[in-house]
Amino acid sequence: MSLENSAANVISFDAVSYRYPGGEQVLDSLSLEIGLGETLALVGRSGVGKTTILRLINRLILPDSGSVLIEGRSTAEWDPIRLRRRIGYVLQEVGLFPHMTVGENVGVVPRLEAWDAARIRSRVDEVLELVGLEPAGYRDRYPHELSGGQRQRVGVARALALDPPILLMDEPFGALDPLTRAEMHREFHRIQSRVRKTIVCVTHDMGEAFALGTRLGVLSAGRLAALAAPAEIAASKDPEVRIFIDALPNPFGRGDQ
Amino acid sequence: MRLIEFWLNNRIQFLDAILRHLILVVTAVGLAAAVGIPLGVLAHRRPRIGNPIIWFANVVQTIPSLAMFGFLIPVPLIGGIGARAALIVLFLYALLPVLRTTVSGLESVPPPVREAGIAMGMTDRQLLGMVELPLARPSIIAGLRVATVVGVGAATIAAAIGAGGLGEYIFRGVASVDGTVILAGAIPAALMALAADFSLGWFERRAASRRPLFGRRAAILAGSALALIAVFSLIPERSGGRIVVGSKNFTEQVILGELLATLIERRTDLEVVRKLNLGDTLVCETAMRAGDLDLYVEYTGTALMAIFKKPVILDSAEVNRRVAADYAATGRTMLEPLGFNNTYVILMRGADARSRGIATISQLAAISRDLRPGFGSAFLDREDGYSGLVTAYGLRFAEAPRAMDLSLTYRALADGQVDCIAGDATNGLISKLDLVALEDDRHYFPPYMAVPVIRTEVLTRYPELGPIISSLGGMIGDDVMRRMNYQADVERIEPREIVGRFLERRPELTP
Repeated sequence: MSLENSAANVISFDAVSYRYPGGEQVLDSLSLEIGLGETLALVGRSGVGKTTILRLINRLILPDSGSVLIEGRSTAEWDPIRLRRRIGYVLQEVGLFPHMTVGENVGVVPRLEAWDAARIRSRVDEVLELVGLEPAGYRDRYPHELSGGQRQRVGVARALALDPPILLMDEPFGALDPLTRAEMHREFHRIQSRVRKTIVCVTHDMGEAFALGTRLGVLSAGRLAALAAPAEIAASKDPEVRIFIDALPNPFGRGDQ
Repeated sequence: MRLIEFWLNNRIQFLDAILRHLILVVTAVGLAAAVGIPLGVLAHRRPRIGNPIIWFANVVQTIPSLAMFGFLIPVPLIGGIGARAALIVLFLYALLPVLRTTVSGLESVPPPVREAGIAMGMTDRQLLGMVELPLARPSIIAGLRVATVVGVGAATIAAAIGAGGLGEYIFRGVASVDGTVILAGAIPAALMALAADFSLGWFERRAASRRPLFGRRAAILAGSALALIAVFSLIPERSGGRIVVGSKNFTEQVILGELLATLIERRTDLEVVRKLNLGDTLVCETAMRAGDLDLYVEYTGTALMAIFKKPVILDSAEVNRRVAADYAATGRTMLEPLGFNNTYVILMRGADARSRGIATISQLAAISRDLRPGFGSAFLDREDGYSGLVTAYGLRFAEAPRAMDLSLTYRALADGQVDCIAGDATNGLISKLDLVALEDDRHYFPPYMAVPVIRTEVLTRYPELGPIISSLGGMIGDDVMRRMNYQADVERIEPREIVGRFLERRPELTP
């Protein structure tokens, strides 16, 4: 493992178990550390608990046992509202507010923080530019007037509005066509090179994980089957990892499709 | 043409009726929104509390409005007669649509959108105010639209408990079989419903377009105006120095109510509140027991059997004695009989009666096999009504009697839809429509002497009322009453004018 000392860990999972309210065990004593400024891409089949991990970080749920530490403090001890405002969250289905313009969607968290109107406005324009949307052209449009890729960009802009140290992304580019997705991957690297967030990104697509992650985790049966740098994962002989690698049409020549 | 003339001649009352109607509906829907939307939010957040509330509102909605007004009369504080009780009923009716559309509007918010709000660090209230309610707004406005349209209709019924509004014309028109008066109330009510539907539809479309409806200031202004109206209408209507005079909802009653009111106004300093055109006997009786009505004219036979549930007595003096005692025992005082006896009479078309030589009910019995009867629903229910009549005379009709509104039976008889009816002896339509009253040769119908009934508490407080009202004793015989009814129903003279003429001819009543 290529990790620094644990004080630099922004997020750590310590033997976390979680069971759905229905009773099915999703996470089974999972431990995991995520360091400052790294992008951890978690891969796994549908229903393996990827989203659950993000929900645990955001304190939408609390673990049944073990603890999730954010900046050294257990999520159970965090005030949920304060914690969530330190975390940008790009949801799987984006979840833009349909009754708000792009500008209002992006400015919603600053508004919750009671920023004044002028400051919100300049911040909205700033993040819209960051995600590659020309503010004057998009600020006053409604989500239903945008394409899928544009909506994803707005979702990212909204998550970045408060400049949170942590960014969670749930299948962020899953619904896009391959060309747009590749473009979004490039955008992602451009943005990350400027904002340097600690990012946790979950996906079922190993290609996307390779494209985004500085470190990759493979989830299987409630545990991490592997957690390593991309090159190591690519060379892994572990059958649970190979399933994902072998599913890729062209495992090594990629990055972009 | 007659309709426009009617509106012009009565423009002050007409505008007042429209205004009252409007205020009733707007206030009721406003209150329903103020209560229903928060309840809807609660029902959505906590289904365990919410489901029973929705269930209750569903049940309320199924109660016919007239029945609901009836239920509420004896209820203290919220019930009684007048605008306050009407407001409560209309409010309850408006509640369900608002409640239901609030819940369904909240349920229609897509889960990822709600989750995005939570994940972003919205508090519960912020989520509600910034995400859920704005998205539910088109649905809620649709609910308000339904509530308003239903409310305009239900408010016409409110006239039955003296709340005024356009329904008053409708009831009065039905009572005197005057299509013009019915239309005078029904047309503006229908237009009002259409206008409400149209303008709220416009709001609904604007709400769906996701732009703000009005500025915050306008909303606050409208809200406080509404609250003010509501407060005013809920202030108890009775106070010192006032006497509430009522009447049931047919012509003769309205004339007599107007007569009592005018007499008291001319001879005392008391302020008289007119609650004319209330519903039937039951409405007046319960309103009186609840203290909402101080004085009205009842009929001894009706009091004996319908109010005090006693068996039939045929002797008039004996009926008077019993009824006076029963009223005294229930906090009322029965005053001098006015003079006429408004008993039931069995009526036929004049042409039929003459051609077949029918003058008595016994003669009618002989040919009853060929006749189709139609009776007011009260007559069918009462002990001294249909079933007793059939037994007493051995009547056997061609078909089961049709139940209809008493005031519609005269017209139905004249038009040949039925062949005999039970009417009021003093009804002015009898001569107008050329109907013949058959003689009750076996003395089946008990006496129905008209008597003013006053709450004893009021009489004790204003003892001068006793002699004033009693000065009418014996002044109004059958013929006098029938003539006044004729003036109202046939000559279309306003009750106030009829009473004025009556008092002019008897100057001793208003010295």
